[in-house]
Amino acid sequence: MTDIIQQFRDIRATLRKNEVWRDVDFSAMMPEGMKLPSGDKAEEKDYPCNIPDLDVTKLTVINGRCVNPYYEEPDGVAYGSLSEARQRRPETVAKYLGKSDKSDNAYERLNATNHEDGIFIFLPAGIKKEYKFQIVNIIDSNEPIFVQTRNLVVVGSGSMLTLLQCDDSIGESRSMSNNVTEIIADSESSVQHYKLQNMNDMSGLLNHSYTQLEEGAQFSTSVITLNGGHIRNHAEVNMRGEHCHVEANGLYLIDKEQQADNYIFVNHLKPHCESHALYKGIMDDSAHASFNGHVLVSDGAVKTEAFQTNRNILLTDKATVQSKPFLEIYNDDVKCSHGSTTGQIDELAMFYIRSRGISERTARTMLLYAFCDEVIQKIALAPLRNRLSDMVKQRLHGELTPCSECALHCNNTCGCNDAPAFEIDPDKL
Amino acid sequence: MALLSIRNLHAKIGDREILKGINLDINKGEVHSIMGPNGNGKSTLAGIIAGNPKYTVTEGEVIYNGKNILDMPVDQRANEGIFLGFQYPVEIPGVTITNFMRTAVNEQRKYRGLDPLSGSEFLKLMEEKKKVVEMTTNLANRSVNEGFSGGEKKKNEIFQMAMLNPTLAILDETDSGLDIDALRIVANGVNQLRSPENATVVITHYQRLLDYIVPDFVHVLYEGRIVKTGPKELALELEEKGYEWIKKELEAAK
Repeated sequence: MTDIIQQFRDIRATLRKNEVWRDVDFSAMMPEGMKLPSGDKAEEKDYPCNIPDLDVTKLTVINGRCVNPYYEEPDGVAYGSLSEARQRRPETVAKYLGKSDKSDNAYERLNATNHEDGIFIFLPAGIKKEYKFQIVNIIDSNEPIFVQTRNLVVVGSGSMLTLLQCDDSIGESRSMSNNVTEIIADSESSVQHYKLQNMNDMSGLLNHSYTQLEEGAQFSTSVITLNGGHIRNHAEVNMRGEHCHVEANGLYLIDKEQQADNYIFVNHLKPHCESHALYKGIMDDSAHASFNGHVLVSDGAVKTEAFQTNRNILLTDKATVQSKPFLEIYNDDVKCSHGSTTGQIDELAMFYIRSRGISERTARTMLLYAFCDEVIQKIALAPLRNRLSDMVKQRLHGELTPCSECALHCNNTCGCNDAPAFEIDPDKL
Repeated sequence: MALLSIRNLHAKIGDREILKGINLDINKGEVHSIMGPNGNGKSTLAGIIAGNPKYTVTEGEVIYNGKNILDMPVDQRANEGIFLGFQYPVEIPGVTITNFMRTAVNEQRKYRGLDPLSGSEFLKLMEEKKKVVEMTTNLANRSVNEGFSGGEKKKNEIFQMAMLNPTLAILDETDSGLDIDALRIVANGVNQLRSPENATVVITHYQRLLDYIVPDFVHVLYEGRIVKTGPKELALELEEKGYEWIKKELEAAK
């Protein structure tokens, strides 16, 4: 059997004619000598990825291994290592793992058969308390490593879950991750899924999210890419019941040679469902981004409302973006729209702001922040929204170049001395 | 010495020459009105004084407070006390007026060697200045000009002027798009801000605004030059006779 890393490399050649996957190329993030993680039981170091006032249960995954034990609450809520859950609740895991609706692809299959570990979260039906979890996914290695983690999230009928998924890397770690998260949300449940990606420039991340919604389920997701070598978010949302509501937002701020790709497939299978997608990005230096959004409205899915928007700002002549919003509709009784814009900073707005005595640098930051703010405001969880708002401002200091340490690790406060004068959050006045 | 002194100013946009030798002196305590038909250079002149990069100055100088400002960055001119009330105020989604003005006021204070205003000091100042244009609280918490009516946009310009307390204010067609009530409020705001220590330039098509903001001097800008200057009565005469009268006078003089 070819080794797993080689199998991952070889997938690319087999997908040359696949519309969704043909441009996916992580070879630049995979140096020779890349290895699988050692397999030793990971020790929990102190990775203080804390967000002030955010009351969450933190689950840490280091190099693909979950350091938290499996735990069951008296109300039946269970969480912790997926490997342990396999031992403790083999039937539940077998019932759901790998079973969510998804398009067949070799990257997901490789993960399915070879993942290290990951997080298992199970909320039975009818849980009144809203559970909040944070998955901290850390890469910490002196050698280049290839990691595959798999998360399984099951939310029972009428229950509510908030899940914050942070991808981070420590120091100079080089890595390629092929991670899969499956979310199975039963009828009338509510799931908020936030993805925060803040990795170093040597990190490659292929992040799959497969979400399956039953009747009346509410799903909102935001993916915020602040830093990373090459990050690809592959998201699929399937609405299998009527009256589902989906909100999918994305923000990517990249510079240097970084690459950020977002693919989202929203599948309207049943009537009376609604989906909104808003993705925005700012590209500096020679960064490259892509947006590929696909909304599919089935024959029977009448009274569908589906909206999709992608907006981009290119700060240099070398930065590039490919934007492909796409609607595929098989019935007449729908309300759908899509749109895409790509441009530069509005010079007239710059003149207007500067004519009030605001420096060029602050004016630019203001305009770029304002552009991002639309996505940030969609985050319902206030402590996370405030923290992200600060992190985005830090990221935008001096265009996009993060000051030496701050943007790479979400736990550090920025020590920049030359912070622009624009520091006011109207909410805090 | 005049507060603003413009000498033989020539300017173009692209290859098109718009200003062909403007001369103008403005002293503290004065209100000047610049009138003239569309497309003859009124907004260009306002834009050049404020520093709009769209225009290229080819000849002449603009001296403000003893300094040639043509090489001065836009924000520095503002911090030196120049304010432009825009004909078409720009919408900036995502930036609230409160945030925008606090940043502007504090940058101005920094430039002048003053400590920044605290949150409560700033809010107090804002409450006070909102009254100048009868602005409602809601407006201040909205994004700058986003979805504002014509009247709200112009009120917002004068509100910003009140916050920044400029030495030289240039109001570019502040009356356009206003109904009679909004016109009264805006003009009233401008009058409240007049003092012996500042000067105002009012650019307008119509005499109507000048019933409220009474100028000391009226200039007619035609084909890139100031062709006539007179007292406030000149505005009434223009209203009566139209710009054709000026054109005929000029032709007769040739």
